[in-house]
Amino acid sequence: MISESSSFVKGVVLGGAFCMLVTLLGHMKVGHGSKAQRHEHHHIQAPNKEDVLSLSEGERMELSKSMRIYCIILVKPKDLGHWAAVRETWSKHCDKVEFYSSENVKVFDSVALNTNDMWVMMRKAYKITYERYKDEFSWFFLAYPTTFAIIENLKYFLLKKDPSQPFYIGHTVKSGDLEYVDGEGGIVLSIESLRRFSRILEDSDKCPEQGGMIWKLAEDKQLAICLKYTGVFAENAEDSEGKDVFNTKTVSALIKEAMSTHPQQVVDGCCSDMAITFSGLAPNHMHVMMYGVYRLRPYGHTYNDALVFLPPPGSDND
Amino acid sequence: MGHPTTWRCLWNIPPHGGFHGTSQHMEGSIGHPTTWRCLWDIPPLGGCHGTSHHMEGAMGHPTTWRCLWAIPPSRVVHGHPSAPLSPAVNSSLAQALYERVRVLCWVMTSPSTLDTRARHVRATWARHCNMVLFMSSAPEPSFPAVGLPVGEGRHQLYWKTIRAFQYVHEHHLDEADWFLKADDDTFMVVANLRWLLAGRSPEVPLYLGKRFKPFVRQGYMSGGAGYVLSRGALRLLAAAFATGTCTHSSAVEDLALGQCLEKLGVAAGDSRDTQGRETFHPFPPERHLAQPLPHDRFYPQYSYYPVQWAAACCSDLSVSFHYVDAVQMHALEFLTHRLRPYGYRHRYRPHP
Repeated sequence: MISESSSFVKGVVLGGAFCMLVTLLGHMKVGHGSKAQRHEHHHIQAPNKEDVLSLSEGERMELSKSMRIYCIILVKPKDLGHWAAVRETWSKHCDKVEFYSSENVKVFDSVALNTNDMWVMMRKAYKITYERYKDEFSWFFLAYPTTFAIIENLKYFLLKKDPSQPFYIGHTVKSGDLEYVDGEGGIVLSIESLRRFSRILEDSDKCPEQGGMIWKLAEDKQLAICLKYTGVFAENAEDSEGKDVFNTKTVSALIKEAMSTHPQQVVDGCCSDMAITFSGLAPNHMHVMMYGVYRLRPYGHTYNDALVFLPPPGSDND
Repeated sequence: MGHPTTWRCLWNIPPHGGFHGTSQHMEGSIGHPTTWRCLWDIPPLGGCHGTSHHMEGAMGHPTTWRCLWAIPPSRVVHGHPSAPLSPAVNSSLAQALYERVRVLCWVMTSPSTLDTRARHVRATWARHCNMVLFMSSAPEPSFPAVGLPVGEGRHQLYWKTIRAFQYVHEHHLDEADWFLKADDDTFMVVANLRWLLAGRSPEVPLYLGKRFKPFVRQGYMSGGAGYVLSRGALRLLAAAFATGTCTHSSAVEDLALGQCLEKLGVAAGDSRDTQGRETFHPFPPERHLAQPLPHDRFYPQYSYYPVQWAAACCSDLSVSFHYVDAVQMHALEFLTHRLRPYGYRHRYRPHP
């Protein structure tokens, strides 16, 4: 009896030890994984195809409708040509777009901010946006009128990201200690980041209107500084191959670079197939982008995409 | 015979009244083809040596004469179907069309633009042709480019076109169904050309392109925007030059070709899509997509169909644009074949 129970106890002890060993090994793997998670935090990636295919048909339709982007375009009267081009092209694909202008302009509808200072404009635009739309939108995309954005690709990119987390995404640049999102490539904020920003706006020590002690800092840098105080950090957005999806240059400029750095693989090396923004475009080139992105394509290829986006009503150039 | 690389082909404007089928001397020096007389047939034993040589032939039977070329015919660039754009894409329809609607592309180029222009064509849209030939006035085996026996310059364009089609007819007639001509600053979307041609028979003499209306009753196709001949049309064209039915009538390539084709009964087709939008374009996209400028008033006078500007200018399934520089060639290839809006359901979704 005693020998049987001692065998039993030995068995339990051995089993327990083995179980502990396996668990420890498992934790080591998980530890490695969470390290990767922490690394991912600064280089944020699009969803994998596998992530996307695991969604059911019903989930896909729901997701497509639930991904809603509010677009903020900061404009000044001198940008009239670009402003018109943005209005007539890609901004029609935002679920809602608002032009925030330095001053009232008769020709176009906009929210007049009554300031010429880009940082003050940005602060005001975000503040008004938060107050009006905090319950209606989870994602906020700010752009300049020289930028062309593909909102569908932005929605796909944000697909599995939780907007209640503080996301601040775009084409990042490092300036000394500060990593900030370059405004030229477009700035994406989740509702949580916008909420924190609108709060810190009130703090004139940490986030003053007159930024910079000696000279004025660019507004995109100012934004990064303020957000940093709230625990929100810039993340560079990349596709599954590590290519930037927010671009601060035109397709042509990037092609030109590719022609000199890797002339054998120009189109392959240039840019992401899922790019979200290009910038520095002249108004007539916005129309070319609109046609090239939304219409011109080679016949005979169909896609198994997880989301479905319909063309916006009342538009003919997409 | 059997050593085509040693052969040279020498050309000239045929004597007034056409070929007579008798033997002719060949005189003249390399580089001055306009002073040479036309000679044909299997070269004498030992091969041609590049300057003058005799030729014997049968009187009155020009069709027994053969044309010999500097580049052996096997040196062509064979294309491949568009690589699938990503694993989540189904390209079976494009693949099926690639196999069923075989397009041979020949690109009008020159020694001075091989590296500045043709190279970028070769790297981009030319890869989607079933077969591509680069037609120059000097052979360049490393490119590879065919050396046609012509000079360079605007006045030689029609000669170059004729010789290029003759070359293609001579060497590749059975390897393709449709024969496309493009310039080295033309951007093409070959998959869309196949869509356009899918329902048409290659045996029917037909040609398609950007249709212009002046001078030719049925219209003629813009050279720069690219145009495509059916195999039936190519047969008639080659025969017409062999018999002298068509001759080098002018230096204006596209117009002269259009006049010849009309004479031969080759129909000038309507290349517009099912919404009536143009597919071949004589200018770059930004010119068509913008509102017209004052100097654009000539374009409507030339265009066979009513000109539309801005969004209606261009089919979603456009086939060509012209005056495209090297950077834009790659940029358009990227915009057409790579960059896309995820999940987007296009407005224009025509049936196969």
